[in-house]
Formats: sequence, structure tokens, C-alpha cells
Amino acid sequence: MTRTIALAGNPNSGKSTLFNRLTGSKQSVGNWPGVTLERKVGRLRQHPDVEIVDLPGVYSLSAYTLEERVARDYLLDAKPDCIINIVDGTNLERNLFLTTQLLELGIPVVIAINMMDLVRHQGLTIDTNLLSRNLGVPVVEISASHGTGIDQLTSAVLAEHFVPALLPYTPEQETVLAEIMEVVGTSNRWIATQLFERDQFVNPRLPQLVHVQDQLETIITTHENALDDDAISIMAAERYLQVTNALPGQVKPAAARSLTLSDRIDQIVTNRWLALPIFAAVMFVVYYISVTTVGTFVTDYTNDVIFGDFVPNHVAVWLSDIGTAEWLSRLIVDGIIGGVGAVLGFVPQLMLLFVFLAILEDSGYMARVAFIMDRAFRHFGLSGKSFIPMLIGTGCSVPGIMASRTIENERDHKLTAMTTSFIPCGAKLAVIALISGAIFQGAWWVAPSAYFVGMAAVVLSGIILKKSVLFSGDPAPFVMELPPYHAPRPSVVLRSMWDRSWAFIRRAGTIILLATMTIWFLANAGWQHGPRFVDDLDNSFLAAVSGSIAWIFAPLGWGTWQSTAATLSGLVAKESVVGTFGVLYGVAEVSEDGAEVWGRLAASFTVLAAYSFLLFNLLCAPCFAAIGAIRREMGNGRWTAFAVAYQTVFAWTIAFIFYQLGIAIRDRAVDGWTTLAVVALAGIVWLLVKKPARPRRATIVASVGSEVAA
Amino acid sequence: MTTLRDLSIGEVCKIQRVIGDGEIKRRIVAMGLTRGTTVRVTNVAPLGDPLELQVRGYQLSVRKDDAARIEVTL
Repeated sequence: MTRTIALAGNPNSGKSTLFNRLTGSKQSVGNWPGVTLERKVGRLRQHPDVEIVDLPGVYSLSAYTLEERVARDYLLDAKPDCIINIVDGTNLERNLFLTTQLLELGIPVVIAINMMDLVRHQGLTIDTNLLSRNLGVPVVEISASHGTGIDQLTSAVLAEHFVPALLPYTPEQETVLAEIMEVVGTSNRWIATQLFERDQFVNPRLPQLVHVQDQLETIITTHENALDDDAISIMAAERYLQVTNALPGQVKPAAARSLTLSDRIDQIVTNRWLALPIFAAVMFVVYYISVTTVGTFVTDYTNDVIFGDFVPNHVAVWLSDIGTAEWLSRLIVDGIIGGVGAVLGFVPQLMLLFVFLAILEDSGYMARVAFIMDRAFRHFGLSGKSFIPMLIGTGCSVPGIMASRTIENERDHKLTAMTTSFIPCGAKLAVIALISGAIFQGAWWVAPSAYFVGMAAVVLSGIILKKSVLFSGDPAPFVMELPPYHAPRPSVVLRSMWDRSWAFIRRAGTIILLATMTIWFLANAGWQHGPRFVDDLDNSFLAAVSGSIAWIFAPLGWGTWQSTAATLSGLVAKESVVGTFGVLYGVAEVSEDGAEVWGRLAASFTVLAAYSFLLFNLLCAPCFAAIGAIRREMGNGRWTAFAVAYQTVFAWTIAFIFYQLGIAIRDRAVDGWTTLAVVALAGIVWLLVKKPARPRRATIVASVGSEVAA
Repeated sequence: MTTLRDLSIGEVCKIQRVIGDGEIKRRIVAMGLTRGTTVRVTNVAPLGDPLELQVRGYQLSVRKDDAARIEVTL
């Protein structure tokens, strides 16, 4: 029979590392039902009949954050056979707060004290026998990163389990909890503590509650008045008292702790005057290596040499050697290999970036990034950690979007993933150069204005989306632990890099590949006395499709099939916009800024239409690779579709307002379009200043069973 | 009433009570800021917010707006 073990613990307690140690490579990654939080399940090494479920990292089971709700619903509804509670040995007191809740669930618990190497390094010892006796459950010392103590932990988990005894509260609290259990008719002590805290999330589990609500409220209020404090604080204080009573003497909190090395590092790194220069220097190094120099080099090499030259040439020769039909050869070489290349070309650069991110995270600096940048980003609904995705996004949106993974809060994470591609990436620079050169004689202000538009789009969207129903609710609590610094561990860094890279290749790969091949097919096939491959883009399906939707862009000033086709091909890669104009205007080879087509382009665009075209292409749906990255971060197709639709509608609206108001000012004339543009502008202003939508929270409760009540 | 927000770097205080309700309140107390707990303000972020605290042997970051809900005695 399969046994299920849940792995629970605080964020930063080393939970993922332990999960990897326990399960090896036998993992499956999915999502928790109904939410986009990652759910990892694996099999215990050498014990395929034992399943391990990695719960989200939480500080408490109070069910007010998404992570807590997921962890708590799983523990109450799925009733695992045992919980491994991983606690950070260097931070026992805070970590054991969660333990006091886990011990009351009626599920066997094994405690794994992690980071024992660091504990010893600090010259401390933990009397695990005493702690085990005080808490009434097995306690094992481990170091997940060094892999010590894992065997002992495994045998403790496989041994006979027993439900832990309850730890005592103060006599007054015991009396109150006993009264609550009597009134409600439950024998579950944890439920009683939640009722005492007026936690509404247990209500659906207890249908009888409606009849005793008043009695319950009287019991709680009486106790609150007696202690002159509120129930939530009283319960937390009671639990911390349990913790301090159970802690073995030598790790009792010292009144005056001497400064550790980590404290001294922190005094410099977050120093009022030094913090920003140090931050800028760290960001410069990350950007310079992963975007400007090594990153660009590896990406260009994989794109131009491996997938642009070596692989296609060899495959083409081989295909013609075995006598493959020309159309099939084209499909394989240009369509499929080109598509695969568009995906894999990013991978080396992503791996490089992920190494940096993992180092920043594992060393403890990433938490300080959020600390340092919080004030600048919070007003438009983003996390201080959003700075890194935006910065990386100036090089390439794909790693930028993937860098949003470091943001724990789901709302901030999604908002960042949705808005990162507004920042002009390296490929969009080609479009900027094209418009700037062809229409504005290379005026200095065009490129800076594009970055300004990108940043303004991030800020506006942050404010607008934060107020929408999708992102509504209390702001995420920024009550954040600043973990101690330590040297990044190669095993942790490499594992994190590989997991993230593989996630991109596997999931994002499918959508990018399919989409790229579709566009390739549309551009290279057409209808000439029946379907066939065409050499002339004018006769392609892409031209036909573009012609039929070009009217959408007419109000933006550039409703021709040529500009539409160029925009559509930008979905493959933004620099393709330039190449497509080249093909359309009959220029065989175009340079990066498309100088050869400037004349033709200037003839077919007015100044206002050209800048409107630029605005739309800067802000609309990014390339398929970036959409794949968004898909990866959003976790499901609906959110991805929403993100891409939002970006495109936003882009259209901004370009529309710009173009129509521009025309009105230029011609000093107002028409129906001008009115619409003013209405659209007023709509955006209204979205910016309106009151935030009311939170929707009840959805999760509905899925909760009631079997735990008794 | 003095709140945690009013303290300057290096000052030590004891938590008296945490005002408010909801997610942030629950998080604050779960992180160990309960009545009687000793807290030291160790740092302020370079842009003036948030604060860095030392509580129960670890470092915690709290925004000034949230610190204003935490009543303390010196």
C-alpha cells in the first residue's frame, strides 16, 4: 500500500533541497488544484511505495495567504500518513511556531532540524533528545545541503508512527478551548484554536456552527476582555510560549546576541548610504555577464551558428542526399529546425541567468533586493524583486519573465510576468532603429522615448491591474524574513538552474514550436491554383490573413496588409518585423536597422502613423518565446491568454489614443474618432483612479470538505 | 502610544499589542511579534522604508505603515 508523507516547513528552511534529497530525480511537477502554485510530488528513494508531497513553504496554517490555504487544505483533507516538519536549526524559535500547529492536526509528525552544519558552525548544540521528549515526536538532525542525516530521517519516517500528544497551553487558555470544544461539539483541538481566532475558513467544515455562533462569540470576547488583548494575538502568544517551554536550554533566546558574520555583512550591504551603490554594482555584474557579454555571445552562437548554419546545412545536405522532396526539406529545415532553434537558442543564456539568480537567492541577497527596492515598486502593485525581471527584460523578455519566478507572492509574481515584456528588449531595438531611421532621420529621442513608454506601460498596468478583480484583495503582507547570508552552495545553485531551464524547455517549448511553425507555414505557403509553397510573400497565406485583419489597425493609422504582416511576423521574433519589411519591399538582405527599406517605408507611413506603429509593436503581445515564458510563469492557459490579450488591447488603445489625438492636433479638426480617443483616454484615467475592486475570496472555501469537523 | 514606527535604529522595545485584523495582522503575530517580545530596530532601507528588526533571534523586515500598528513600550 502506498503511504503518503507531507513535507511541511517555513520558507527558507531548506525544504526544496530536502525534497530533492529524499526523492532524487523521481519527481512530478504540477499545480495545486485551482491555483497556480507549483505542486511537487516524488517517491522516496529506494522506497517506491512511499510518496512525498512537497507543501508550499508557510509560517503558519492560518489560511490567510494562498500558500497557507493550500497547505492546510491538503493536510486536513488528504490526511497524509505522516508529516515531515523541516525546521531551520539556526532559527528554531520562529520555525517551531508552525510545529505547534502541525502537532495538533492528529497526524504523526517527524521533525527534521535542518542546517545543523551552520548551527555547529555558530558554536551551538541542540539537545535533540530533550526537544524530542518535550515535543513528543521523533527529532532528527540533518543538513539537507550536505546530505547528512537523511538516512536517519528516512528510517524515522518509515518507523511505526503515533499521533503526537498535545502540548499544554496556559490553564486559562485550556479552559477556554475546552469550553469551545464543548459548545461546538468537536474533539479536535486545532479546530478549537482556529474557532477561537475567529477563523472563518473552518466554518464550512462545521455546519452546526450557526446555532452556537453567539455562545462562541461570548466565550471569545470574555477571554479577550480578561487579557485586554485580541484573540489572534493571544493565540500566537500562547503558541510561542509552548515553543519557549519546549526549547532545550542552550538554544533559549539569548538577550544580547553577539554580532555574527552575517550581521556584519548585512550592516554594510543594507547600509543607508552603501546599499544602493552595492545594489547597482551587483545588478551591473549580473546584467553585464548574462545579457551584454557572455549571454549575448552564447545566444548568438546557438542561434546563428548552431541553429542558423551548422544544423540546417547538414540536415539540408542529408535530406537532399536521401532524395527528400524540396517542399518537405524546406518544411523540416526552415520550419521545424528554425522553430526548435527559436526555443533552444535562448537556453544557454537562460542557464547563465538562472545561475546568477540562484546565487542571489541562496546567498540571501535576493531578500535584501526586495528590502531595498520595496518602496520604489510597491505603489504600482509590484514587488521590490520586480526590479530584476525588468532589468533583465531590457536584454531579452524571455529570461526577464522567467526571473519573476523569484517573487514568492502570487499576485506580484503574475503582475511582474505580465508587464515585463513592456520593457523594450534587444530585439525591439531593431524595430525602434527602423522607425527612427526611416521616419525621424535617426533623431536622438526616439529610442529613449521607447524606454519611457515601456516603463510608463509597466507603471500604468501595475496600477490598473492591481485594482481589477483579478488582483484584488488585501495587499500582500510585506512582513518578510531576511535570512542570514551564507556562501551559495554549488549543488543548490546547479539544481535550481537546471530545474528552471528544464521547465522552460519542456513546457514553453511546445507552444513556441507550434506557433513559430504556424507563422512559418503561413508565410511560405499560399493559394496558387491550389495550396502550394510560394516564393513571394505577396501570394502567401500570411498576406491573405493580414489583408483580412488589416482593418483592425486602420484607426491606428497603418491599416495596410504589409504593416500587419510585419507585425504578425514579429510574433516569431521582434526583429523579424524589420526582415519582413525587407522582403515586402523587395530587398534581399536587410541590415539590422533595415536602412535599405527606409525610403519605401517613409513613403508609406506618415510621421504619426509610424510612431503609432512603433507604440503598438513595443507594447503588444511579445514574441512566442516570451509568451511561452509567460505561460510557464502563469501556470495555465487561461491566465496566459488573459495576459497576452491585455497586452495587445493595451497596446492598441495607447496607439489609438496617440494617433487620433495626434491627427486632431495636427489638423486642428475633431471628428468621431477623436471623440472615441478622448473616451478611451478618460477610460484609462478612470481605471487609474477608481476604487480597487472588492476581493473575491470565497472560491477556495467552497471546495473544502466537512469531514474533519468531528 | 509609542509604535514601532517611531523608533530609531538601535532602539530596543517590548511589544505591547498589534492593532488591526486580517492577513497582515496574522502574519505579524505568526512571525513572533507577540506581547512582551523584545524587538530591536536594526536598520532602515536606503529609501527610508521598510524597517529591519531583530526579533526572536532572526531578522525581519516590516513596512513603516505596518510598524505603525504595533504598539510598544521602551
